[in-house]
Amino acid sequence: MLFDEIKIFMRHGQQFIPDVTKVELAPLFRGRPEISASITAEEAGVAQQLCPTGAIGTSPASINLGKCVFCKECHFLFPEKIRFTNDYKIATNNPDRLIIKAGDNSPVTLDADLVRKEIKSFFGHALKLRQVSAAGDNACEMELNACGNVNFDMGRWGIEFVASPRHADGLVITGPISENMAQALEICYHSTPNPKLLILVGTDAISGGIFADSPALNRDFLNKYPIDLYVPGNPAHPLTFINGVLELTRGKR
Amino acid sequence: MYKKIKNNGIIPIAEIPVLEYPAFADEVSHLLDSSACHCVNYYAVPFNNRLQYFCFIANDETNDICILSHQTENSPEVKLESLAKKHFALHIFEREIHENFGIQFDGHPWLKPVRYPFNRADKNQVPDNYPFYRIESEELHEVGVGPIHAGVIEPGHFRFICDGEKVLHLEIHLGYQHRGVEQLFIKKNSTLQRCILAESIAGDSVIGHSMAYAGLMESLSGKQANDRLSIERVVAMELERIAIHIGDTSALSTDVAYQFGQVVNEALRTLVINTTQLWCGNRFGKGLIRPFGTHYPIDAMLADKMLATLKDVGERYLQITDRIYNLTSVLDRFETVGEITRKQAEKIGAVGMAARTTGLKRDIRHSHPFAGYHHIAYEPVLLTTGDVLARGFLRKLEVEQSLDLVNKLLERIKLIDIPSEKPIFDLKLQPSQLGISLTEGWRGEICHSAVTNEQGEIIHYKVKDPSMHNWMALALAVRNQEISDFPICNKSFNLSYCGHDL
Repeated sequence: MLFDEIKIFMRHGQQFIPDVTKVELAPLFRGRPEISASITAEEAGVAQQLCPTGAIGTSPASINLGKCVFCKECHFLFPEKIRFTNDYKIATNNPDRLIIKAGDNSPVTLDADLVRKEIKSFFGHALKLRQVSAAGDNACEMELNACGNVNFDMGRWGIEFVASPRHADGLVITGPISENMAQALEICYHSTPNPKLLILVGTDAISGGIFADSPALNRDFLNKYPIDLYVPGNPAHPLTFINGVLELTRGKR
Repeated sequence: MYKKIKNNGIIPIAEIPVLEYPAFADEVSHLLDSSACHCVNYYAVPFNNRLQYFCFIANDETNDICILSHQTENSPEVKLESLAKKHFALHIFEREIHENFGIQFDGHPWLKPVRYPFNRADKNQVPDNYPFYRIESEELHEVGVGPIHAGVIEPGHFRFICDGEKVLHLEIHLGYQHRGVEQLFIKKNSTLQRCILAESIAGDSVIGHSMAYAGLMESLSGKQANDRLSIERVVAMELERIAIHIGDTSALSTDVAYQFGQVVNEALRTLVINTTQLWCGNRFGKGLIRPFGTHYPIDAMLADKMLATLKDVGERYLQITDRIYNLTSVLDRFETVGEITRKQAEKIGAVGMAARTTGLKRDIRHSHPFAGYHHIAYEPVLLTTGDVLARGFLRKLEVEQSLDLVNKLLERIKLIDIPSEKPIFDLKLQPSQLGISLTEGWRGEICHSAVTNEQGEIIHYKVKDPSMHNWMALALAVRNQEISDFPICNKSFNLSYCGHDL
C-alpha cells in the first residue's frame, strides 16, 4: 500500500519551480505587448476601433495593460506592428507604467519611490493576504489558488492566503466589483488591521475590463483607498502575481 | 401547439405560436410529464411593449427542443398560476421572471430573489434583507457563511439551520456576482466584444460558454463552421473538462485531508492547463473560440506534443485515483454522504454530472450533439448512488473517457487536410429570428439564446449556466448531513456563482 504511494512519488519527481524569476513560458503566452515605433496614427486608429475594451491609445500609439484583455486581436490585425511577448513580469505599483507606448520595449517594473516605507519592514519576511472576489469570473481566483500549489509554491516565502481579514496584512481584489459586493468588500477592508496592502489582480479589477461600463458595478471603493500593486492579466498568471508581490515587499531581485 | 428545432437551430420569431396562458401551461405540463423531457430555460423578454415568455423543453429521446411561448402585459399587476406547483424544476425560472418584471406566480413555493439584478422590478429588494426560511425553536441554531468565504473562491451566502451538528436545512442566497452580462450582450455591438464577454461569464467554463456563443452566432448567420474547426472545438471542450475534473479531484482530497492526493492532482492539472496554454497562449482557453474560425489551428507538431503530455497525465491520473478510491479513510468520508436520489434529480431538473451520478442520462453531447460531437458515437457514463463518492468517481471515469476521445481526435486532426479558417467578426445575422445553442460544459448543460430584430441586430440575449438548476441539488444533498461534511458536498458539485448571477 505504502509502496504504491512511493511509486507515485518517484514518478511525480520534483514539481516546484526553483527560480520563479527565470521561467520561460510557452511562446504563445500573451504577456507584455510591444508596439513597433513604425506604427502609423492611422493603423493605431484602426486597432483602437477593434479593441474590445478601449485599451489602445493613438497619440502616441499605446496599450493600457490595465484595460487590455490580452485577446491579441490587434496583433492579428497588424502582425508586424503589435506583438505580445511571453514576458509575464507586468505587475507594477505605478499606473503610468501600465501604459505600453510604441517603441518602448523596456520591461514593466515597480517604482521603488512609490513603495511605502513600512512595507518592506512589516511584510518583507512573511505576508498573509485575504482574497476578495468581487464579481470575479473565477479565472483569477483559480490562478491565485495555483500560486500556492506544488508548482509555484509561494508558501516558501511565507506568503499565503488566510481565511480571516483580521489575520491578514492586506487584501487582494479580483473582479470588476459589483454593486452587490461593494458593501462586503468595504467591511472586509476595515476588518484588516493597519498597515495593510491593497492589491488588484486581473484586468477586471484594475479597470472593470469588458464590464467597465456596466450599470451593475460600483467601483467607488477604489477611489477611496491607496492601491499598492496592479497585477494585469486575463487572468493574471501566477508568476505575474508572485514576482509582483516579491518585488513590492522585498525590492528588486 | 409548439415548434420543434434541433440544437443550434433557428426559427423565425413570427412562426412561434403565442398561446393563451392556460394552453401554454397545459402543453408545458404535458411535455414535462415525460421523463425524457426537461426544461432548458423559461424566461420573459420585453417585446413590442408586452412581455413575451419563451420556454425551451429538451426531449432527450427525439433530440428536439420544443419552443413554447405566451404573452402578458409587462406589469407587476399580472398574476399567473404557478407551474412550479406541479413541476418544481420551473421554480427558479419563475423566481427569475418575478424578480425581473414583478409578475406574480400564484401558488409558487417561494418567490424569493435570485440575483438582485440592477434592473430588477422592485428596488426595495436588497441583499441585506433576503427573506431566509426560519424555524422558531430554542433547540436549533443558524450558521451563516459568506458572502466572503474562507478560501479563495467566489462570494455567496449560505444559511444553515442545524440541530446540533446535523443540518436540517440549507438556503443559498446568491447575487453578489451580478455584472449585468445579458444586458451587456445587447449593449456591446461588436462581435469581438461579445466573444470576450462570453469568455468572461465563468472563468472555469471559458470554452463551454464561448462555444455556445460561437455556435449561436454561426447558426444565426445561416452557416456552419467547417469540420476541422468542429473537431478542434471538441478537443478544447474535453481539455477543459479534464483540467477541471482533475482540479476537483485535488480539492476533494484536500477536504478530507489526503494531502498526497491533493498535490499529485494539482501538478497534473497544471500539465493539462499548460497544454491549453501551449495551444493558444492562455491556460483557460481565452481567445481560442471565435465564430467560424480560430487563430490557433492544431498542426501535427502541436498535436504530437499534446498527445505526449496527455498520455503521461492519463497514466499518472489513473495511478493516483486508484489509490484515492481504494483508501478506506477517503471512502469512509465520501460514501453515502450528500446523497441525491434519481427522483430528486428529476424533480429539480438537475443537469450534467449531478444528474448522471443518479442514473439520469442527461448529456447534451449525447442527446443534442453540437460541434464535432455529431460525428462521435458518444455514450455518457452513468453512476447511480448520487453521493459524494459517485460525483468524485464520475470525474475519474469522465477524465479517462475524455482523454481517450482527445487522443483519437488529435490523431485524426493530424491526417485532416481541410484548411483552417480565420475568425469572422463581421457577421450578418438573419432578421427576426430566435436561435438556441446548447453545449455540455464540464458542469452540465449551457444554453445561450438570442432574438434578432428586422435589421438583424441582437435585441435580446439570454444565458443559462447549469448551476441555475443544480444549486438546489446541493441544498438537498446536505440535508441531515453533518455540517462538517458541507465542504466535500459543496466541492463535489463545484457550482458556479458568476454563471448563476450573470
